[in-house]
Amino acid sequence: MEYFAQQAINAIQLGAIYALIALGYSLVYGVLTMINFAHGDLFMVGAFFCLIIASLFPLPFVVILVLVMLSTGFLGALIERVAYRPLRSAPRVSAIITALGCGLVIENLVSSLSPYAKPMPALFSVTGYNLGGLSISSLQILIIGVSILLMVGLDFFIRRTSFGMAMRAISFDSRTVPLLGIPLNKVISVTFLIGAGLGGAAGMLYGLAYPVIAASMGVLVGWKAFIAAVVGGIGSIRGAVVGGFILGLVEVMTVAVLPSTYRDLIAYSLLLVILIFKPYGLLGKAPNQKV
Amino acid sequence: MKILRFAGIVPLIGLLAGCGSGAPSAKIGLNVELTGEMPAVGASAKNAAELFISQQNAAGGIPIGDQKVPLELVIGDNAAKADQAAAVANKLIVQDDVLAMVGPNASACAIPASEIAEALKCPMISPWSTNPKTTIDVTTGKPKDYVFRACFTDTFQARVLAKFVLNNLKKTSAAALYDVASEAPNGQANLFRETFEANGGKIVAFETYTTGDRDFSAQLTKIKAANPAVIFLPCYYNDVPLIVQQARRLGITADFVGSDTWSTPEIIKLGGDEINGSYFCNHYSAKILTDTARKFMSDYKSRYGQDPDDIAALTYDAFGILTEAIKTAGKMDRQAVRGALSKISAYDGVTGSFKYEGSGDPVKSAVILQIKDGQFVWVANATP
Amino acid sequence: MGKVMDFLKKLGENRVILPVLLVVGFILTLAISQFAPLEQGLQSVLRELHLNTYVIALVGINVILCASLNLVNGYMGEFSVGHAGFMSLGAYASSIVTVKLLPDMPDALFFFPVIVGGVVAALAGFLLALLSFKTRGDYLAIITLAFLMIVKSALENIPYVGGPRGMLGIPKLTTLAWAFFWAVVTIWVLRNLLYSKFGRAIAAIREDEIAANSMGVRVREAKILAFSVSAFFAGVAGALFAHLLVFATPATFGIFTSTEILVMVYLGGIGSLAGSIIGAVVYTLLSNWLLPLGTWRMVIMPLILVLLMLFRPKGIMGFRELPWFLPKREARRKDS
Repeated sequence: MEYFAQQAINAIQLGAIYALIALGYSLVYGVLTMINFAHGDLFMVGAFFCLIIASLFPLPFVVILVLVMLSTGFLGALIERVAYRPLRSAPRVSAIITALGCGLVIENLVSSLSPYAKPMPALFSVTGYNLGGLSISSLQILIIGVSILLMVGLDFFIRRTSFGMAMRAISFDSRTVPLLGIPLNKVISVTFLIGAGLGGAAGMLYGLAYPVIAASMGVLVGWKAFIAAVVGGIGSIRGAVVGGFILGLVEVMTVAVLPSTYRDLIAYSLLLVILIFKPYGLLGKAPNQKV
Repeated sequence: MKILRFAGIVPLIGLLAGCGSGAPSAKIGLNVELTGEMPAVGASAKNAAELFISQQNAAGGIPIGDQKVPLELVIGDNAAKADQAAAVANKLIVQDDVLAMVGPNASACAIPASEIAEALKCPMISPWSTNPKTTIDVTTGKPKDYVFRACFTDTFQARVLAKFVLNNLKKTSAAALYDVASEAPNGQANLFRETFEANGGKIVAFETYTTGDRDFSAQLTKIKAANPAVIFLPCYYNDVPLIVQQARRLGITADFVGSDTWSTPEIIKLGGDEINGSYFCNHYSAKILTDTARKFMSDYKSRYGQDPDDIAALTYDAFGILTEAIKTAGKMDRQAVRGALSKISAYDGVTGSFKYEGSGDPVKSAVILQIKDGQFVWVANATP
Repeated sequence: MGKVMDFLKKLGENRVILPVLLVVGFILTLAISQFAPLEQGLQSVLRELHLNTYVIALVGINVILCASLNLVNGYMGEFSVGHAGFMSLGAYASSIVTVKLLPDMPDALFFFPVIVGGVVAALAGFLLALLSFKTRGDYLAIITLAFLMIVKSALENIPYVGGPRGMLGIPKLTTLAWAFFWAVVTIWVLRNLLYSKFGRAIAAIREDEIAANSMGVRVREAKILAFSVSAFFAGVAGALFAHLLVFATPATFGIFTSTEILVMVYLGGIGSLAGSIIGAVVYTLLSNWLLPLGTWRMVIMPLILVLLMLFRPKGIMGFRELPWFLPKREARRKDS
């Protein structure tokens, strides 16, 4: 029992990070119906921004988090402005391929500039707690706490603010809504800012939890979070969170009870089964098909 | 028209990649991991190779027959990927027409490259690949003719480590965690399990992950529940720090023991306090220096400003053996060089004395090192 | 310049010269492996171009991959990222034949294991097509992605094929002639398919699946056929690739390989066989020439792709075709 409780803590930590990255995919998809394949690499860049900022200025954790989110967010918005906006009326696939290309450019640029893996500085001293045989560290509590706070904050922003309403409106109909006076480009820029910012925050938390960072770290995690977003129902904010936690749970629990070589096999087969029975994800809605 | 614009790039690239021709030189290919998962490995190998070449050429080259011929190094980056290692081996042997190839280092790359070297009958020396399959043909079970290595094999290393854990550390229960998709770690973990259990030890947990994984908490929680006294981690230097840090955070107190996959100073830089006190098997130690080794160490340090790791030392030795064989062969001919290589009976290198007995595996000894306060400290010797 | 284009145009209209060129090309590639002086001559020419025969064979394989993915991603307008998965099935199935089942097979029968590889991959493509009925677009992308990861993971768990360490001791059977032969077969089959009733059906699916369905297009059959054919040739390419590399590991056929094929397809241009060939040739040669640049190569290649998408979103060819890749009647129709 204790063993499974410990594995559950591991799963929640992993799931929280997947969920945070998945949010970025879902947010952008919800507004633009475009998969931002560069998101996994923005996540990696977030970890590197944290490394740079933390090694230059000894700032408190919260300030660094905000700076990382802002810098990654602006990078995301910049990419949207330069690479995606000119393609908004082009076939959807062009935008996806551009995103894939941007991701590869970012990843390999970082790996060219910093070929060696880098150790992540500890931003505060980590204390471990022992609760009746369960070990949990202050870092884990922080990661889970910050992730949940960001998710709740985002949900509030989307549902309760006028800007969030504008985002939902554009996601509902991106042709008519701008005619009603909602600034389309501004809303999309802000969407990318938030999405990439969340990715950057996830990168920073991930870097703290797994403190060796390298340019290649974004690829695998990025694809997995993308799967999480789709399982939850891409475009749905709450779905992304659910998908992230499910993926974390499935990955950890297959290792917990079966030989660890089967992890990917079982995790992805299960996700495939979910998608066969719920083709639009757990919380996603089938798109309106116009005939 | 776009196509024509692409075509315009071609001559430009030709210039970039251009290599001079003219006076005869002995071309040696270097197929190493300059980018990808383990750039530190490739960098050490490249440094040592360039040091060796510049030393030989400063002396006017090597005597082949009755003339002195300079050496020429052709470097190919295999990005630590199996398919690219094979492509680079093809390029070096067919396109660049090298006399012999040194590398690759990671077994996952060295095995495919060795198949190609063997098929194209070009001598190859891997400095650091310890997996038995590098020099053995899996279909026939016989040693490959053209493939050699400058290091000991995993069969020997597993025996050394198993005995070290049982006899020196006096621990009888062990767990292992390794990258199932990577050749050297996978082979080492399985060989360690065999020899450890054959010598009376008990493996209580045997867990795997896949290249690129960074979260090991699930596997480590499982290992913790099995409560081993020692955890064997035959993992490359960029994974080990993550594993030991997560293990300590989960409250695991067991000792960590690693293989020669640990042997670059990067592991200390990335590992933090958690890696302190861990043991691993290595090819040589600064503690037991011959004159050759001392000279190499000071030359390397004065040229690059850092101490050589064992990959650098083994690469230097691989070049040493190779030029020795070229001199003995007396001509620039792949088959003659191969013949001379197989007859090397006492080459005194940086990492000890070399001798090939009917296969590409040298008879060599190993050392056990401990990571202590940011240093590799010698602990024990092991002879075959 | 104009003269060159005129000449090319004339050449393109000449329907006799193509089969002649193909036969000459095939005989040449066949002769190269038979006569040592010819092979050395070719190699010294290639050396001047900073190439080698391995890269040339790879060009052929990439043409097959690129054209077959173009069928699903370009002509049918889906977004599949699982092509490397079919490739690995083909590579493994054919290697099982040549390594385990028929180790003494004469080299001339190499087409047999290649077809086995293709058929196994096609079966997987068939299954994936069944799954794709309910989903479309981004959800299909994720299914193909999951498929890719499942194949890789499953191969890693089968000790018979070497598990994660892959299969070794695969004979080197892929020659220039075989690569050339299969590339031509792929293009020929795809061309004939695309300008048949089936081709029009998948074009209709690309434009609007629901409308196509209501107009009487057999959407399911077309999709199954497209996926199976595409997977078959990916399997063929995988078989050739394994027998060129002389080994196969699950990791060789990962997301990165899929991404590379995608880059080739969109570089060359979707919905164009000529584009597929151009994309594969340009990408393979360029990435070989840029090898000395290390990781910067992988900055430059995708950057070219991004710039291409921004300034020419359909790729180099994009729904245009050279007259050679059109059947006779189609070529005449385009002219008038």
